[in-house]
Parts: sequence; C-alpha cells; structure tokens
Amino acid sequence: MLVMKGIVKQFPGVRALDGVDLDVRAGEVHCLLGQNGAGKSTLIKVLAGAHQPDEGTISFNGAEVRPGSPIDAIKLGFATIYQELDLVDGLSVAENIFLGHEHARLGFVNRAAGRRAAREVLERLGHPEIRPSAEVGRLPPAAKQVVSMARALSHEARLIIMDEPSAALAHDEVANLFRIIRELTAQGVAVVYISHRLEEIREIGDRVTVLKDGRTVAVGLPARETPTQRIVSLMTGRNVEYVFPPRGGREPGEEVLRVEGLSSPGVFGDVSFSVRAGEIVGLAGLVGSGRSEILEAVYGARPATGRVLLDGRPVRRGVVGTVRRGMGLAPEERKAQALLLDQSVTANITLGTLPGFARFGWIDRKRERAEAQRLSELLDIRPPDPERPIRTLSGGNQQKAVLARWLLGGRKLLLLDEPTRGVDVGARAELYAVIHDLAERGIGVLLVSSEVPEVLGLADRVLVLREGTVIHEGEAGELDEHAVLDMIMNGRAA
Amino acid sequence: MGEPTTKAAPALPSIRGIGEMRHLGLLGALALLVVVGLITRPENFATASNLVSILSLAATIGVITVGATFVIIGGGIDLSVGAVMALASVWATTVATQSYGPVVVAICAILVGTGAGLLNGWLIAYGRLVPFIATLAMLVAARGLAQRMSDRKTQLISEGNFSIVELSTTRLLGIPLLVYIFALVVVLGWILLNRTTFGRRTYAVGGNPEAARLAGIDVRRHSMLLYGLSGLCCGIAAILIMARTTTGSSTHGDLYELDAIAAVIIGGTLLTGGRGTIVGSILGLLIFTLITNLFILNGLNTSDQLIAKGLIIVVAVLLQRRNLKERAP
Ligand SMILES: Nc1ncnc2c1ncn2[C@@H]1O[C@H](COP(=O)(O)OP(=O)(O)OP(=O)(O)O)[C@@H](O)[C@H]1O
Ligand SMILES: [Mg+2]
Repeated sequence: MLVMKGIVKQFPGVRALDGVDLDVRAGEVHCLLGQNGAGKSTLIKVLAGAHQPDEGTISFNGAEVRPGSPIDAIKLGFATIYQELDLVDGLSVAENIFLGHEHARLGFVNRAAGRRAAREVLERLGHPEIRPSAEVGRLPPAAKQVVSMARALSHEARLIIMDEPSAALAHDEVANLFRIIRELTAQGVAVVYISHRLEEIREIGDRVTVLKDGRTVAVGLPARETPTQRIVSLMTGRNVEYVFPPRGGREPGEEVLRVEGLSSPGVFGDVSFSVRAGEIVGLAGLVGSGRSEILEAVYGARPATGRVLLDGRPVRRGVVGTVRRGMGLAPEERKAQALLLDQSVTANITLGTLPGFARFGWIDRKRERAEAQRLSELLDIRPPDPERPIRTLSGGNQQKAVLARWLLGGRKLLLLDEPTRGVDVGARAELYAVIHDLAERGIGVLLVSSEVPEVLGLADRVLVLREGTVIHEGEAGELDEHAVLDMIMNGRAA
Repeated sequence: MGEPTTKAAPALPSIRGIGEMRHLGLLGALALLVVVGLITRPENFATASNLVSILSLAATIGVITVGATFVIIGGGIDLSVGAVMALASVWATTVATQSYGPVVVAICAILVGTGAGLLNGWLIAYGRLVPFIATLAMLVAARGLAQRMSDRKTQLISEGNFSIVELSTTRLLGIPLLVYIFALVVVLGWILLNRTTFGRRTYAVGGNPEAARLAGIDVRRHSMLLYGLSGLCCGIAAILIMARTTTGSSTHGDLYELDAIAAVIIGGTLLTGGRGTIVGSILGLLIFTLITNLFILNGLNTSDQLIAKGLIIVVAVLLQRRNLKERAP
C-alpha cells in the first residue's frame, strides 16, 4: 500500500536519513525499530509532511505522492501521533481533537457537534471519563496521549503512524491501545508502530523494519518469530544483555528521606515511607494512582500536607529549598517539564546545578562544558556534541540529558519519574547501570515506572500504589510481575 | 538570511553559526542603509557630526533596549520604559534633588528607575498580574506622577549640576561621553546575559518556566529582578537624556517602549521568550535610528518614516518565522 524508497533527509551537520526503504501493507501493523537517533521519528515526519525529504520517492496505492505539508498528508489519509505531544494546552479536549477540521458552518464553529463527536471518539478509545470541554493543559500526560490518539482517529485515515504511543501509557492502557489498533487493522487501515518495548512488537506487530544510523538494515522481518537477539543485534550492531545489573553487595545506609502522612485531597492520602542512602525504592501503580504527584510533593513542587524530612530535618515547601538540600527530580514529561528546547545540551544538563559551576554568578564555561561532555559520554548521548541545541536530538537522547542533569552536584536523593521513557534497549541497560552506580555511591533513589519489570529489576524495595494509597510495601526480590500487576489493577494484596 | 539550509555539507558545524548568521543579515541591512545614506546625501551623511548625532540618539533608547532584551528573553514585556525614564528625569531634576549636586541627581534617577521596575516586577511575579497590564498601568501612572511632580513644566538642569550635561558635551576621541556609557551598558549587559548564572536563568525562565521551576530556580524572584533591571536601565537612560537635553520632563521618552520593543524583535528575540541576543537588539536599534536619520537628512516627512519602520518590523518577523519553520517538527 505504502512504499518509500531511498529516502534521504539531511539536517545541518547530520544525515538523519541516508536511504531508507519502507513498505507497508494494508491492514498490517508495521513496526519500526532502531536505536535512539536512528531516524525513526524523522522518517515518519517525512511521511506526515512535516519534513521534506532531500531524495527518494513515496508512493501510496501505486501513485507517487509528495506530502508537502501536514495538511497534504492528512488529505492523503495519513494520520500521525507524534512522539512529542503536539497539543495546544490552552484549548479544550474537543478543540484539540478537531483542530484544523472543526465542525463548522460558514466559519462558525459548532461547539456542541464538536463535543459530541469528541465524546464518541474518546469512548471508542475507552476513555469516557475525559471531558471534551476540559482544558488540555490541565490533563495528566497519559490523558494527553489519549487525546492525541483521538485526534489521529478523528481523521478518516487509511494509514496511522504512531511514534512511541505507549511510552506514556500504563499496562492496561497499552492493552486498550492494542484493541483499537486491532479494530483499525481489521478495517484495512495500516498502522506504522514505533516502540522501544520489544514485548509490544511481539504482541501487536506483523512485520518489522529495522533502522540503524539512518539506513534500513532489515525489512519485513516477521514480528513474532524473529529472535530478540537478532533484532537487538541488527539495531545496535552488537549484542546487548537486556538485563538488570545484579543486586546485592549494596548495604543501604542511613535514612535520607522520611515521608510521614503525606496527603493531597483527591490525589493521594496518608502516604508514609522512607528511603535510605544507597537504596532504590520503586513506586508501582497505574497512571493516575498518584505516583508522579507523590514525587512532586516530596520535591516541594506541589502543595500537600504531611511531613517530608531529608536527613532527619524537615524540608520547606518549594523547589528552591529542596534542590539546595540535595534533591533532584527528573520529571515525567521531558518537553513540558524539563527541557529548554532552544538551549544547548550543555545548558540543559547544568541547569539544575548551575551555582556549582559559578563563582559570584560567573559561569566557568570550560568546566561546565567538560562536565557535560563527560556525562554525554557516560550516557552515550548522540550525537556526542554537547553544544548542539537539544531540540535537534532524538527523543531518547533528550531523555538521557534530562537524567544527566541530576547526576551532577552531589545529590543526596534522586526522584526519577519514568527515567527510561523512550530510551532504546541498549542505552537502557546503560542507564540501569548508572542508576545502580548512583545507589552504590550512597545516593537514595525513588523511582517511578510504568514498566513493572523495570521497578522490580531495579528497586530494592517496592511500594505498590492504588488510587492514591500505598497498598503494599515489600522487598522487590519477593515480588513477581504478576503479583504486582494483580495488586495495582485489582487492589488485591499479595 | 541566516537560516540553516537543508543542503549544507555534512561536515558543517552550522548549527552554532545560525545565531551569528542572523546577525550577518542585520549587518547587511545596516550596510545597505549606510550605502543609501552615502548615495542620497553624500555631503552630510558621513560627516562626523552626523555620526555623533546618530550615536547620541541611539544611546538613550539603546540603554533601554538592553533592559528590554532581558525582560523579553525572560518571557515578559515592559511597556513602561519611556514613562519610567521620564519620571526618573523629573524626579532627578526637582529643585530639591538638584540642591544636593550632580551625584545625587544621577543616583536619584537610577533609584527611581530601579524602584519603578521592581514594583512592576513585584506586581507581575508575586501579584500575578499579566506583564502587559502591569506595565501598562505603570506607563500611565508614571507619566501622571511625572506630570504632577513637574507641574507639566520642563525642568532645567541648574548650573551647579552641569557636570551631568557634560556627559554629552565632553568628548573623548571626538565622541561624547554618553556614547561610552551606552557602550559600557551594552558590554555589561552582554556579559550578564552570556556569562553569568543570571543570564542563563533568564533564558530558562523565558523558555520553559515550568522546567526552570522544577530545576530549582526561583522563577518569581528572577522575573522580579528582570523588571528591576529594566527599570535600572531606564534610570541610566534618564541620566543620558538629561545630559542631552539639559532638562527633565514628563514628555521625555514618549513611545520609547515601542522603539525598544521593535529593536528587540528586529534583532531576533522572540516575544514568547527564551531566545534572543543583546547584539541583535543593538543592531536592530541602529537600523531603526539610521532610518530616522536618513529620513531627516532627506527631508522626508515623519509619517513616511513611521510607515517604513512598520514595514521593517513586519519583514523582520516574517524572516524570523521562516527561521522557526525550518526547525519545527
Ligand atoms: N531538526 C533537526 N535538526 C538537526 N538534527 C536533527 C533534527 N531532528 C533530528 N535530528 C537528528 O536526526 C537523527 C535522527 O533523529 P530521530 O528523531 O529521527 O531519531 P529516532 O530514531 O526517532 O530516535 P528516538 O528513539 O530517540 O526517538 C538524530 O541524530 C537527530 O539528532
Ligand atoms: Mg523518535
């Protein structure tokens, strides 16, 4: 149905796509795999009309097409869910869904019709609870993801492109997403699906195309049968052990963080726990169970009642104070909450610990750059040039920079919210090693992840959250994935 | 103009060059205006006295533009600059202030400017007023207060304080001292913006306030300081205008806010914050001043001059948009 041949896309200083081929059949789920920065997002932006290719041809149903703008692409029947959310925060859910193709007559928007149609799409997505009139800026990230999915579905598309749609979704939401994808493909719609989670590819994918450094290295592999080893080595060019570093050998020290009776009405209630130096504590729970909100409250970025003590002394509310006392938060939504897109990688990495690089306000740029360089290398941020604007990095590489920010400046406690969101398999193993290393050096880590295996594999101790309350606390080694999933979904204690 | 071409050779480290390339465009525009001046008025454009008058004219708004650049990069806007400068000039030239001598006159102008700026900042950062509204209110109120204090009369600088006026009459290498003050403000502004934590935070606060907050920056305090800085620049500008005109008056600096904001925009600073440069703003300002000068030298009327300026703003913004589009997703 769709054939792309020899696509080349050049950015200043990088050849993001260097002759990529892709062929997608009607009614299939075609997965696009590749390391961070391999060119996946760029390829789909070419399809979506957001980038113009320098070379190569695209044909759709036999005819050559050239989507010159996003509008062209939509007219062709291509709908796209971008990796970075592209919603207008100030508009309502319904307005966002129908942005550009409003229910209108003679230029007057028919809001009632728009809301009705929005409700229908949202129901189809299994989210009747999202109100069409709600302001998008106030929704949690997962709901935003649903809205951008609803937007793609609102076009009568024949090809739907999804760039890491599951990165912001929890387990049950992903199941929901898959149900919709199956409905679509049954109607003959083709889906191009990008994800770094191989299990998902196995479950939903039909065929796989692998990109490496802007080139196609494998086309049309069967998604279910191809061994993981082979896929990973195609992606990375080496064999990566997709495992967690061994636990043990680490003896947690003094208590760094103590949280007592932390509550925020309607979000979470009476949460108490502690984190010791050199200990990794994981928070497992569904999106909306209050995980991220608890991190923000501990960090002082969100009002809450209760006590938060760092090193035995209560912290004052307000991020300025907690950062000064040695906390750091890597937030969930990198684009909205963490990044300065126009600034260099260096400036983004050092933002939280800038005073440490300055004397009387004067920044020691040499030292700053050297540290940024060191961290880029440690986390393998690509391209390895910290002076580039961070906007030009791929999603996964931006995520590494978000983490890098708090590896500096003697933190005592790190709050990591979805630290590996959008990071590829190879780099993930490296990030795990880095997090372990932090703990080894005596830093306390509080970790939130939608991926239960990640929480279990990385954490020493796990708190299971459901609807804002802690329903279980235990050693990670004594839990398995099923038990945790059962608890977070059904509230049954182990 | 300076936008990244998609066909650049792979090895070009061009990303870093973009900023400078845009400045090249501005320099080109400036050069063009100079050529126009040389052709249309060969006898009096390139004279020392004309160049000095261009620079002295640019100096006052220039100092204000430096402050405005900070505020706009920080995601705000300051409409009150002209009025605050007028108020500072009036306050500094009251009989009472002048009786203490020139140093106090200068300090008074600076304190009034900074105070008004901090008040703006406080209302915006802690009172949660929209910058546009808060500074609009300050514009009106500061002008009103200036009129009241001066009884709508122009206040002359007394003989005893003539060292203020000497800033414009004394020359070093043929250039009046006030131009050096302008240059000094530009250099200090550049250093503050590019080499210090304050500058880095200004970009952060303007570019993504939520990210700045979560990175542990005191966003509110920083915003307040930005308006204070703008006020400080207005105070310095007040000294310069007193030097140039030998007066303090409630009518000084009328519509300076528009010129300053226009210069910043032409210089490539985004009104949405987070991006921009001092050098760009100063080049934008010089372009603006040069146009005024050319129109005056050629005896064209001021309405045409305004139309030309309007066009330039539009063209500059259109070029910026093209720059942005290249980088959009
Ligand atoms: N606007 C841009 N300007 C310059 N370089 C860019 C731009 N956009 C992307 N690149 C570069 O192109 C390459 C491919 O990026 P792309 O976003 O397509 O990667 P990806 O495969 O989607 O990675 P990820 O899994 O991290 O999302 C990267 O090296 C990136 O730095
Ligand atoms: Mg991507």
